[in-house]
Amino acid sequence: MKLRAFLGRLPVVHQFRQSVGLQRGMLLAGLIITGFFAVMAIFAPWLAPFGYNQLTGDDGETFGAQVPPGGEHLLGTTVGGYDVLSRVIWGSRTAFMVIIVAVLLSVFVGVLLGLISGYIGGWVDRVLVVIADAVYAFPTLLLAIVAGIVISRGQSNLLGGVFAAAISITVVFIPQYFRVIRAEAVRVKAEAFVESAKVVGAPVPRIMFRHVLRNSTRTLPLIFTLNSSEAILTLAGLGFLGFGIEPTSAAEWGYDLNRSISDVTSGIWWTSIFPGLAIVLIVLGVTLIGESLNDLADPRLRTRRRAGAATPADAVAETTPVAREDMGEVH
Amino acid sequence: MATTQPAVDIRDLDVTFSTDGGDVHAVRDVSLQVQPGEVLAIVGESGSGKTVTARTILGLIPETATVRGALYLGGEDVVTLSAARMRELRGTRAAMIFQEPSTALNPVFPVGWQLAEGLRAHGKVTAQQARRRAVEMLQKVGIPDAARRVNDYPHQFSGGQKQRIVIAMALALEPDVIIADEPTTALDVTVQAEILELLRELRAEFGTAIVLITHNMGVVADLADRVAVMFDGELIETAPVGELFASPKHEYTKKLLAAVPRLELTDRPQVAASDEPAVVAAEHLVIEYPGRLGRKAFRAVDDVSFEIRPGEVLGLVGESGSGKTTIGRAIAGLTRVSDGSLRVLGTEMLGVRESSFRPKRRDLGFVFQDPATSFNPLLTIAQCVAEPLIVHGIAPNAAAARDRVDELLTAVQLLGEYGDRFPHELSGGQRQRASLARAIALDPKLLIADEPTSALDVSVQARVLELFGEVQERFGFATLFITHDLAVVDLLAHRVVVLHHGRIAEQGHTKDVLGSPSDPYTQRLLDSLPVPDPVEQAARRSRSRSASS
Repeated sequence: MKLRAFLGRLPVVHQFRQSVGLQRGMLLAGLIITGFFAVMAIFAPWLAPFGYNQLTGDDGETFGAQVPPGGEHLLGTTVGGYDVLSRVIWGSRTAFMVIIVAVLLSVFVGVLLGLISGYIGGWVDRVLVVIADAVYAFPTLLLAIVAGIVISRGQSNLLGGVFAAAISITVVFIPQYFRVIRAEAVRVKAEAFVESAKVVGAPVPRIMFRHVLRNSTRTLPLIFTLNSSEAILTLAGLGFLGFGIEPTSAAEWGYDLNRSISDVTSGIWWTSIFPGLAIVLIVLGVTLIGESLNDLADPRLRTRRRAGAATPADAVAETTPVAREDMGEVH
Repeated sequence: MATTQPAVDIRDLDVTFSTDGGDVHAVRDVSLQVQPGEVLAIVGESGSGKTVTARTILGLIPETATVRGALYLGGEDVVTLSAARMRELRGTRAAMIFQEPSTALNPVFPVGWQLAEGLRAHGKVTAQQARRRAVEMLQKVGIPDAARRVNDYPHQFSGGQKQRIVIAMALALEPDVIIADEPTTALDVTVQAEILELLRELRAEFGTAIVLITHNMGVVADLADRVAVMFDGELIETAPVGELFASPKHEYTKKLLAAVPRLELTDRPQVAASDEPAVVAAEHLVIEYPGRLGRKAFRAVDDVSFEIRPGEVLGLVGESGSGKTTIGRAIAGLTRVSDGSLRVLGTEMLGVRESSFRPKRRDLGFVFQDPATSFNPLLTIAQCVAEPLIVHGIAPNAAAARDRVDELLTAVQLLGEYGDRFPHELSGGQRQRASLARAIALDPKLLIADEPTSALDVSVQARVLELFGEVQERFGFATLFITHDLAVVDLLAHRVVVLHHGRIAEQGHTKDVLGSPSDPYTQRLLDSLPVPDPVEQAARRSRSRSASS
């Protein structure tokens, strides 16, 4: 019972329980697709028939370039002589690493800055908002390229590549987390329970972290998922432009796509289709989760019965505009 | 009248909402009739199903509701009606007046356009016809200079005028019945009196039946012909208004009527003058809110002087915008003082630094107006109540403070297990009691209560006020009780300060101020307060009418 209650309070699980019909289907589809790639990433060494940079089989014989699908190479080999299937599977590992590093970095910095900016206000707030806006105006990819060059100095090993991609994404995403948390902090700051803490005489850090922060994070899972898909696209874009990770350090879908450009015209479809499909699918999966979380978080978009409508008054409040969606959403 | 067809005929109406927590049976087997030209008041607490019943008449209920039974609106059964036909009926047969006039009007269109919206929706009218009709309706509801103001936007009208416009919109197509959902709850008492007068006149002129949903028994006594009492989705009593007030039959109705606060002018012993310094002393206090660039600052409190002695309950009364909440917030250090002097617990608040005032905060408790938002929704009640103890270093954490917290919760009659619940699992009254427990956790010398009962049902309010009085007597703290309700002040306060537009209109002992007011504004405030007694209210009405004519 306790465990169930605890699970019910977790972000995605909570929303899944709330959902019905089509929205539940979308969320479920997203979870399945993303889960599929997560499994691939975790178990890549066991799932993939070969290593990501393996050019020769166990017998010491080279695979050969552009071998069509079938036989030993289920999805064929690339122009560089790598096994396509193995590269696709190993590539999901790189993608997840970028997501985790990028999102972790930007969440911590963005949330902290947003909280300070929203709660303290004044000139600190103004300066931070201007900086955030300025960063917003920058094209993501350009920033990512610059960051990539600065960090790895052109040499792209696994960590260098992952961090280059992750940090550039972080820089772009911090303003998003910043803005969301700031807006929430400004809203929560005016709530009576924060004023009550002030009247009690609680010091500012305590108010910020105990009362404001925890009540400001309800939209985080949503941006988190939406940003993840953008992180993958940025990584692939970097790889496609040639600023990605060398094939000898890690498998990366964008790089493979880049290499397959010339293949497309000569009728060699397997080198581009599978990495491309992997990018589309993982972005689709993560976006489906994000979008359904978005719909579920908004009482006006949610096609469902509202939790906690225990009295007729609550049920009526649901239809009256403005009403109490704020208070209803926080528990 | 009995031979004519009723305007609304509700038969065995049953409404169920499906929610995650299971089905909620909001309305159970309600049968009601509203005759043409009759004012039927539906009273009951929040959650009693009164609003759902009334909204069903217009088909304005959420999709998750299942409706059974029959509801005849001029001979047509609304329950089975198609959406298109329902739309035709809205406005022409039945219309609605909403609680909050400022949200019921669209801010980006002139009021005349909005008035004509209904006319356009129900038949072809030319722009000129619509405009003429709009002006006519505005005149009917008493908007001065209607021909010019028809082009004004909602924000250019006062709250009372906006509600008049909403009423004009409801009347524009001359419906048989108007649903008025708490039409005066959001308004000040003096404005409420005007709106009630207007509704009465319009009923006489148009012969429209009115279904009045309210929790205010004073309003019921003033306007209604017949009263239906609802409790937990059931209709428990229907009676003509005089009969209901004189001899309520049902147990619950009796309880409800007994809980309504009345002006009784009890003479409570004043706090003996002592040599102890006043807990709060304001002298020529001025509080301004900075205006936007290029605009003058808004002066919310203007030259106000009063004091609160130790152990005394001071009632601060005024309508919205009178500055009463601002004064409360200034005393708690939430709003800056602009000029004059405000001494709280020996600290001068003019230009005070938070760090120097913080030690004094342990002698200060605050109870907020809205019980829904005054607790951190992620902490349990025990953790919330323990906050002051932890902050002031009396207990290292919530677990260590638990004994003291349980003691406090017992003092406000929330026994043991409530401490482990989350705020949203408590009712409004329970939360307000927990709020009181939190405010008195450090045994303060001063408690500020900002409209602590205005968000509560009447019977809950009575309970909370009673408890408030008990706790105050037991702990002996001084209290600033901010409210708009004169009857509540009468129950609790030793002395009263009446505020009007940021200035003090009158102050003195409760009995003197409420019994024989010397200031015309206090006089008007008292006259506007509807008495929960139809006979007396009618007498007062005719008195004030003859006085004004």
